[in-house]
Amino acid sequence: MAKIIIPTPLRKFAQNNSTFEAAGKTVKEAVADLINAHSDIGKHILDDDKNIRSFIRIYVGEDDINSLKKEETEVTADTVISIVPAIAGGSI
Amino acid sequence: MSTQSLTPKDLARYARHITIPEFGVEGQTKLKNSSVLVIGSGGLGSPVLLYLAAAGIGKIGIVDFDVVDESNLQRQVLFTVDDIGKSKSETAKKRLLGLNPNLDITVYNTRFTSENALDLVKDYDIVADGTDNFPTRYLVNDACVLAGKVNVYASIFRFEGQVSVFNYELKDGTRGPNYRDMFPEPPPPGLVPNCAEGGVLGVLPGIIGSMQACEVIKVLTGVGEPLVGRLFLLDAASFHTRTLKVNKSPDTKIEKLIDYEMFCGILPPSAESENLVKEISVQDLKGLEEAKEDFQLIDVREPFEYDIANLGAELIPLSSVLEKIAKISKDKKVVIHCKSGARSAKAIKQLQDEQQFDNLYNLKGGILAYAREIDHSLQTY
Repeated sequence: MAKIIIPTPLRKFAQNNSTFEAAGKTVKEAVADLINAHSDIGKHILDDDKNIRSFIRIYVGEDDINSLKKEETEVTADTVISIVPAIAGGSI
Repeated sequence: MSTQSLTPKDLARYARHITIPEFGVEGQTKLKNSSVLVIGSGGLGSPVLLYLAAAGIGKIGIVDFDVVDESNLQRQVLFTVDDIGKSKSETAKKRLLGLNPNLDITVYNTRFTSENALDLVKDYDIVADGTDNFPTRYLVNDACVLAGKVNVYASIFRFEGQVSVFNYELKDGTRGPNYRDMFPEPPPPGLVPNCAEGGVLGVLPGIIGSMQACEVIKVLTGVGEPLVGRLFLLDAASFHTRTLKVNKSPDTKIEKLIDYEMFCGILPPSAESENLVKEISVQDLKGLEEAKEDFQLIDVREPFEYDIANLGAELIPLSSVLEKIAKISKDKKVVIHCKSGARSAKAIKQLQDEQQFDNLYNLKGGILAYAREIDHSLQTY
């Protein structure tokens, strides 16, 4: 199963887990599997139209899925999917 | 400006740089003749400024309007207990000149705003972004794009850090990706708390800020390969690192500076009051206490925060508010507070929207405001 790395700001919606073993042959299916297991995380990753929110990037390996086949990018058992949100801490 | 060459004292001080074959006299001379504007002198800014000063950057600008607080000392290693209450930017300048008196350091004890951003960045070769909020990050990015300046970016949250080099001039004269190519829009307010609310491992900005300083030096000297078109991620808890590709987006268009608070969905006070969270000032809370009015005071902070300082409120941490709802009165005025007002506002919205409470008031400014304006004996953090 592909591994999804859950970033710190979203871990509270995934029972504080940092990773998730996702079923599915595509990024779309893997993310759906994550949301199925942790429903609260869904609204923070996808908007009402089920598109990835604009403050979230999703990567397969080191590649942004937007440069691949977007949500239809294939994944395998060795795939590492990174969910990367914007974070802003620095001075405080 | 004419190029300054290295003096015999420079050659001695920076010998360890000069000895590196890829660096040499040429690299050090470039640093001496370079200028960096560091925005924010806090968690990230502290190591950035210390290492850029140590490296011999000829001219450094420091933008920070804040004063030193004791809670800063957990990670802002530029400062000491003697600096509490003093201007961060002025204190930073003094400390840096103590490390390296040969530098030209200019302090801007002001906010970085749409009104002054382009004026501030124009006099510097490169900008290092050590700010702590989304509106300013987008402002820094856009100002650098409009002014043609490289933006060395870093940000942190709890155990996680990010570093990249934005708006770098490529060999063909075009510019590399910038922040908006990665994140066209910010998260909604409240989803990603700042470090005061979410916490940060103190050493993390030390690690990430040092990397940020390293990238500044690499860009200025041409040594190595800066993180152009790449985003470095560190999870310090697992010590897991990743370097991801950042691509330019054809949709990114930056034509002018805008109202970044509005862009980030941070409403002005009048609009927030229309957002149905009633507020009460610390003065009015004091009035209720002195008049011995029958009201309930609830604190939604964490137990360790309550142990630092409290107003004698009933402690119901935010995460357990719904679970302990039976303890919250619906029959009288209920004042809810936290550290600065954000978490208590969130609790009130939830109770109003989901449980039909209509008697709740958010303590404006939280316990910090109470400490500042009513009871100076309260420990702040």
